[in-house]
Amino acid sequence: MRTGRLSALLLALLLAVAACGGDTATTTVAGTDDTQAPTDTGATDEITKVAFVYVAPIGDLGWTYSHEQGRLAVEALDGVETTFIENVEEGPDAERVIREFAQAGNDIIITTSFGYMDPTLAVAGEFPDVQFVHISGFKNAPNMSNVFGRMYQPRYLTGMIAGAQTESNIIGYVAAFPIPEVIRGINAFTLGVQAVNPDAEVRVVWTNTWFGPPEEKEAAEALLDAGADVIAQHQDTTEPQKAAADRGGYSVGYNTDSRSFVGDSLLSAPIWDWAAKYVPLVEEVRAGTYDGDESFWGGLETGLVDLASYGPSVTQETIDLVEAKKAEMIAGDFDPFCGPIVDQAGVEQVAEGTCMDDGAMLGMFFFVQGVVGEIPEG
Amino acid sequence: MIRLRLERRLDPPGYLSWVVPVVSVVLALVASGLLLLAFGANPIETYAAMWDGAFGDIFGGEFYSVSETLVRATPLILTGLAVAVAFKMKFWNIGAEGQLVMGGIAASGVALFLPEAAPGIPQNLVVYGLLMGGAAILAGALWALIPALLKAYLNVSEIIVTLMLNYIAILWYSQLFTTSWKDPAGFGFPGSALFPEYTWLPRFFNTRVNLAIFIGLLAAVFVWVLLSKTRAGYEIRLLGDNPEAARFAGVSMFRNIILVMLVSGGLAGLAGMGEVAGISHKLQQGLSANNGFTAIIVAWVAKLQPWAIVLVSILLAAVFVGGDQIQMTMGLPASVAQVVQGIMLFFVLGGDIFSRYRIRVVRQHVEAPA
Repeated sequence: MRTGRLSALLLALLLAVAACGGDTATTTVAGTDDTQAPTDTGATDEITKVAFVYVAPIGDLGWTYSHEQGRLAVEALDGVETTFIENVEEGPDAERVIREFAQAGNDIIITTSFGYMDPTLAVAGEFPDVQFVHISGFKNAPNMSNVFGRMYQPRYLTGMIAGAQTESNIIGYVAAFPIPEVIRGINAFTLGVQAVNPDAEVRVVWTNTWFGPPEEKEAAEALLDAGADVIAQHQDTTEPQKAAADRGGYSVGYNTDSRSFVGDSLLSAPIWDWAAKYVPLVEEVRAGTYDGDESFWGGLETGLVDLASYGPSVTQETIDLVEAKKAEMIAGDFDPFCGPIVDQAGVEQVAEGTCMDDGAMLGMFFFVQGVVGEIPEG
Repeated sequence: MIRLRLERRLDPPGYLSWVVPVVSVVLALVASGLLLLAFGANPIETYAAMWDGAFGDIFGGEFYSVSETLVRATPLILTGLAVAVAFKMKFWNIGAEGQLVMGGIAASGVALFLPEAAPGIPQNLVVYGLLMGGAAILAGALWALIPALLKAYLNVSEIIVTLMLNYIAILWYSQLFTTSWKDPAGFGFPGSALFPEYTWLPRFFNTRVNLAIFIGLLAAVFVWVLLSKTRAGYEIRLLGDNPEAARFAGVSMFRNIILVMLVSGGLAGLAGMGEVAGISHKLQQGLSANNGFTAIIVAWVAKLQPWAIVLVSILLAAVFVGGDQIQMTMGLPASVAQVVQGIMLFFVLGGDIFSRYRIRVVRQHVEAPA
């Protein structure tokens, strides 16, 4: 008797689900009809399908959010469809996800985290007709390009702003992982600080996180306790910026303009505008003119990296100075890593009159003078 | 007035062992279906996409999807067996994650540095496979020995120690691939160099399925024999079921704690070897993909039975692999996929109570005074 009643209940539930399922099925089919109509009329190559693999949730408001803005710009192009998957761990799962996107008939697959490099390379070898784009790595294939931005350029500019703002002459930097990209950012920032304020120092605390709200908040608080009045960062959360605001300090953000979350204590931020690269890239692939083997490291002149809005406390004098330096960098007349550059031990790393080449910058593993802190070395 | 009361089943009928899981899964599908509907997705279409992602056209002779499910299941089988051995004795090893990582570090160390340090050792798969496997078992077992000794000598809670040792192992491994074991030719980027090719576990049928899954199946045989056919297994089960009786029978708690944790840590260590030598071929971010924690779920759903662990690992891997399709095909956020996976586990684990207890409806009549 009891089992009879239970199975009746189950059956009722199943029927209900099936009925509701039927309803949505019709709407979904109607939705796909529009987009697939051109395919049916024979113009098979009209639609370019672009897939994105994200390492974090889009809601991180940082790195992944910035790529999502780029995807939305691509989605808005005529004849382009996009899909994405978020929160894919940089491990054994990544290769499967990338391969499935390739098998699903995507024309361009953009993988947006360093740890996807080898998986992307492996899948690229199996799908020669698909264009793969890997962000922030260094490996290429005939159908796999690597793309990144010279974030150190806007970081130098934010260093100038921070150097002009600080009164304690102590600036805190909440650092992510001890890898060249992060080290390069700290060095460029410090060189910017020292260009306007040679007495200021930049103190570094490592969190070993990309997205670790509690660790990043604690690191910022430790730096504020040590007397820092401006906090810069490399992670994807706004926690260091909020910690600075809570203590009446200033902050330099990263990734996106976070002013609406942080407020006017945000001085500025080095930010990404992925649409500046993704839109022309997709258009070139559609036109058949894209160099599939491209190594792209775009600076301010490409728009891929830029500065966020200025906070109200940044003086017009500083803004003029920063804008002039930005114009010099865009024109190619100035680079933060041109000599003389001296490391923490006082050893000259770049001689006057010479500039670091890209290879040296990509492998940078020393701190410039003015940085207080150590690179952990095993 | 009607009340529901749970009563322990003294003699659970045999059919419950399959009726309960099946009903649980069906109810889980219904509950997740309601969630999917709330997000505007067709549940039937979503489940079809999940099936396709996990098993593909398996009956039509297309094995790619199922091969990826088996790849995902491999570390779950080994870590699931690892924790099951300990749980059988009611020794709560929450540290399979760290033991897996230590195994991965040891196997990577052998593959990266032994060829140069000892060029006399023949450089082929058999020799290096055995060396990497041995090193991984040893490293996992030694890592598990720490909580075992602390428990045996000082009665320190193994739950806390095994849990905390996870974080130490994970931090150490992160430190290795970002600093001293970093690829010298990698422009300073995190990650070790690729292992020499002769250390890669052979893959089959042009998929990523590799030798590690057979190591997992062998391990299941080993655990089954150990627990069901040996004196040590009998003692372990007795200690778990009735420690007082075991003590009176002269069974040594001390010796069995050590034995169980050596086996448990060794199996988890092998899982780490399988991941680095079978899949990534280098030490990099993502080795500890929560397998050691998921293993706890696997072991419980499988009721600590070795063969059921193999099956549950594959099914759970299918849920994970298929879950990606919720995002990729259906365009729903990652959090929906995770909630659907959570609902399935909740129902399957929660349903278990109905095979051990019966619900009794108690009607209390309030009699009106005459």
